[in-house]
Amino acid sequence: MNVTIVDYQSGNISSVINSFTEVAKGKVKLEVTSNVKKIKSSDKIVLPGQGSFKSCVDSLNSINGLVETLKEFAITNKKPLLGICVGLQMFADIGYEEAETKGLGWIPGKVSKIDNQNGKFKLPHIGWNEIEIKKESKIFKDIKNKSHMYFVHSYEFIPEDESVISSTTDYSSKIVCSVERDNLFGTQFHPEKSDKIGLKVIDNFLKL
Amino acid sequence: MVILNLMNYRGRLVLKNRIIPCLDVKNGRVVKGINFVELKDAGDPVEQAKIYSDGGADEICFLDITASNENRETIIDIVRKTAKECFVPLTVGGGVRTIQNITDLLLAGADKVSINTAAVKDVSFVKEASKKFGSQCIVVAIDAKKVSDNKWEVFTHGGRNKTGIDAVEFAKQVEINGAGEILLTSMDRDGTKSGYDVELLKVITDRTNIPVIASGGVGTLDHLYDGIVKGGASAVLAASIFHYGEYEIKEAKEYLNSKNVSVRL
Repeated sequence: MNVTIVDYQSGNISSVINSFTEVAKGKVKLEVTSNVKKIKSSDKIVLPGQGSFKSCVDSLNSINGLVETLKEFAITNKKPLLGICVGLQMFADIGYEEAETKGLGWIPGKVSKIDNQNGKFKLPHIGWNEIEIKKESKIFKDIKNKSHMYFVHSYEFIPEDESVISSTTDYSSKIVCSVERDNLFGTQFHPEKSDKIGLKVIDNFLKL
Repeated sequence: MVILNLMNYRGRLVLKNRIIPCLDVKNGRVVKGINFVELKDAGDPVEQAKIYSDGGADEICFLDITASNENRETIIDIVRKTAKECFVPLTVGGGVRTIQNITDLLLAGADKVSINTAAVKDVSFVKEASKKFGSQCIVVAIDAKKVSDNKWEVFTHGGRNKTGIDAVEFAKQVEINGAGEILLTSMDRDGTKSGYDVELLKVITDRTNIPVIASGGVGTLDHLYDGIVKGGASAVLAASIFHYGEYEIKEAKEYLNSKNVSVRL
């Protein structure tokens, strides 16, 4: 099996590479690239994302044919794609970080700043928080409800259709921390930084 | 601001208070300074980091305390090796002065970098760095020393240089400039094992809206409790109590949990 981690020159993806390499050991061929041809021929795609919504979208758009290729892969052909952090947020129609920016529009919804209730809650939401599993999810196989995952973000994805939400976490409000629709997966938390339990999420994705 | 502190209790908030062991690294070896002067040897950084990560550390912090330009490669190599074995967040500080320094550390596998002297020299460096890499990976380390009642001043160069800058004002400035977290070290307490400077912590956590990591002075598990509950810190950093085997991370967490402080067990 060939799995591609999309490297679109946005933020730090070393940890994603390290964790996937650890889990994939000997079983899966990992490729880190933005080469559209290679992406087309992969079996699964990982779309990381760090920095702002705007900078990630701009970087994706700056690579010729990348957005169309990803859409064809994940939406038209319904092949497995996992978005992590801003990688998930970009599924939305629109994001409001830095400036109003159009997202990929794969899952209707918006990405806006977490309501910190006038400073009562510190932002970014950094650290280990419990996830509350909302529906059966292929990437949460053998993962207990209320497991701890590592988060670091100030913006949250608010999908229009709540049925795509596979888990939430409690901070200043219930924050969406993962979505799943067909073979499209996204986590707001960082499985690559979430210790053994995070590696299990990665393993589940690779085993799909 | 009692509410904030109470929220650190289990049941109020599911976001866990983090325990962060810090490894002070000099020429590729772990050391821990007593008031930043006398240094003892406590082992191999990669091995130590792995032990901590397996033992339940919520994050690992490396502080390169010699950080001259010649030995940048040493710390980068340590980060590279550690990142392949530890799957919890890794923060690296010490000698981070340029965008290139940050790029090198992140590429080697660090998740966050901590900026100290360079941020004091020019706070716009924090802005530039957070704009380029995102606030999530920019920690500003503030070394503060008490100068009079309710007044703390920022020091640089491992506590050797006085700056005349008010620590509270500076903390607010780094927040405005995009820092994702503040790593706050009390120079009066560092290495003394007499506990965090809770007053300093309290004033900074009250006056800023980003997470603050408490550092400097931990000698007992009660000190960790004080940092979180009395000082309002989101995370507590400690070095020697973990290095010399006085306490294990797990022990620290179980203790805090028994006192109703929410931690990841």
